[in-house]
Amino acid sequence: MLAEKYSSEIESILAKYPDDRKRSAVLPLMYLAQCEYGSVTLEAMIEIADLLDIDVTQVASLIGFYTLLWDRPGGKYRIQICTDLPCALQGAEEFAHQLCEKLGIQLGGTTPDGMISVEGVMCLAACNGAPMFQVQGPDGIQYHERQTVESALALIDELRKRDDSG
Amino acid sequence: MADHILLRHRDIPDLDQLEVYLEHGGFEAFKQAVTGMTPQEVIDVVKASGLRGRGGAGFPAGVKWGFLAPGVFPRYVVANADESEPGTFKDREILERNPYQFLEGVAICSYAAQANTAYVYCRGEFWDLAHELEHKIDALHEAGLLGEGIFSTDYSLKIHIHLGAGAYICGEETALLDSMEGKLGQPRLRPPFPAAQGLFAKPTVVNNVETLTNLPPILNRGADWYRSIGTEKSAGPKVFCLSGCVARPGNYELPLGTPFRQLIFEHGGGIPGGRSIKAILPAGASAPLLPATDEVLDTPMDYESVPKIGSQLGSASIIVIDETVNIAWLVHKTTRFFEHESCGKCTPCREGTYWMHHLLQRIERGEADLEDIDLLEAVARGMQGKCLCALGEFAIMPVISGIQHFRADFEARVRNGR
Repeated sequence: MLAEKYSSEIESILAKYPDDRKRSAVLPLMYLAQCEYGSVTLEAMIEIADLLDIDVTQVASLIGFYTLLWDRPGGKYRIQICTDLPCALQGAEEFAHQLCEKLGIQLGGTTPDGMISVEGVMCLAACNGAPMFQVQGPDGIQYHERQTVESALALIDELRKRDDSG
Repeated sequence: MADHILLRHRDIPDLDQLEVYLEHGGFEAFKQAVTGMTPQEVIDVVKASGLRGRGGAGFPAGVKWGFLAPGVFPRYVVANADESEPGTFKDREILERNPYQFLEGVAICSYAAQANTAYVYCRGEFWDLAHELEHKIDALHEAGLLGEGIFSTDYSLKIHIHLGAGAYICGEETALLDSMEGKLGQPRLRPPFPAAQGLFAKPTVVNNVETLTNLPPILNRGADWYRSIGTEKSAGPKVFCLSGCVARPGNYELPLGTPFRQLIFEHGGGIPGGRSIKAILPAGASAPLLPATDEVLDTPMDYESVPKIGSQLGSASIIVIDETVNIAWLVHKTTRFFEHESCGKCTPCREGTYWMHHLLQRIERGEADLEDIDLLEAVARGMQGKCLCALGEFAIMPVISGIQHFRADFEARVRNGR
């Protein structure tokens, strides 16, 4: 249960909004769940709906709408490469293709060890740092700009090691 | 510009540290407002400065604040940090490197609006940045610059960070408000406008990050000083985001009215590899593309001049296109973006972006007939003027202008596939 492990976090999230507007806390609570479980599980959706006095459907519908929310696990770390127009003009599509080839997966796929997914995403507001990607994982989201296939592979090694030691 | 007004961190190291910001006159404007001015006087200065919204619409900021429903409280201020337009990355630099000037702007706007609570809506991808901003806000509380009884007056203010979760449409202010209320981020029917019924159905001001960052210098140095920068109707400095086929992509703070040529060739270093420039997208994916003629390159980048040559300044995200780029490919990219980001609420946008993307995929794969180019244009024209919000209108602009100016590129894709 989130409420037991994260009671103080939940309290400070709810304190940001008027008492009769608790529904505003739904995205922050879904992030809590996702960092904990790797996706927003059905149990978590039910718990969040109870906490906020809304229907489970009202929680679940947000997952299809917002791109950073997931209802099923993917790679533990999701490498989300911006392949939108400005980055594409700086070679981002070729970068994504080469990185996937090195990892032996298709764009949108996950490595067999379940550690790394690679996805193409829309503009991340870092067009002057192309090729770039963000890594979405248990620790939230971090940006990595001005990347090469080599630097990305080095980062992936580091993420795998972090997992071994953690 | 020798001294930056918005990107001041480029002149002053460690400006993201509160003590450094305070050493350089930080929060003097907010203090002056709270201790020496009425909210209406602040609104009047901002109106007189000619500051226009930097998120894309260019609407006069002071006028927008003046629309707040009189006598209705509580009121809210929401800073729009949902920066998601392809080619736009100015707010991120301000938030990362000059955060206190932005937060002081939020505080000034809140005082002017007589709001005691402000929210910063950050796109979810700005995860690290949002957590850093929370620390900055804590530092302001510790310094007595936020909280109860600020500057020993009865004014109190809290600023909260709210993270989105990945949806371009939440940059549209009413969609942003629905998202903040925990709903799908879909635009609302207007009226009522946010100034009458915004967040939690209360009077609300929504302003872009860059707009708010202009407020401390305007109060410190006055409306006349501000109007001396830029053009008569487009006052002040602007952060121009330069990206695409250019030697030095990046943010450039320049007066409004600077010509495209100066930005692209002097500041941006021109087109690499000796290639020639073909076209410009002056407002990310959300405005008609312009062939890079001398007339276009010599046009001043301001809210009046760019519409005169058939496009918009928008958020001033200039994407440079060189001769090697096929415009059908480019339009496929922008259309794919809008198809993905359409919120699905209104039929013309939801269906129209889907079918435009479908047709462009066919053209890109070399599976199309020449008539498909006309069909594509017909679908775009069918959406025109019929969508609930600007997203649908934005989506058709690269399509219609692309076919108008570069039809041969579309035909070449079709012929190569045959």
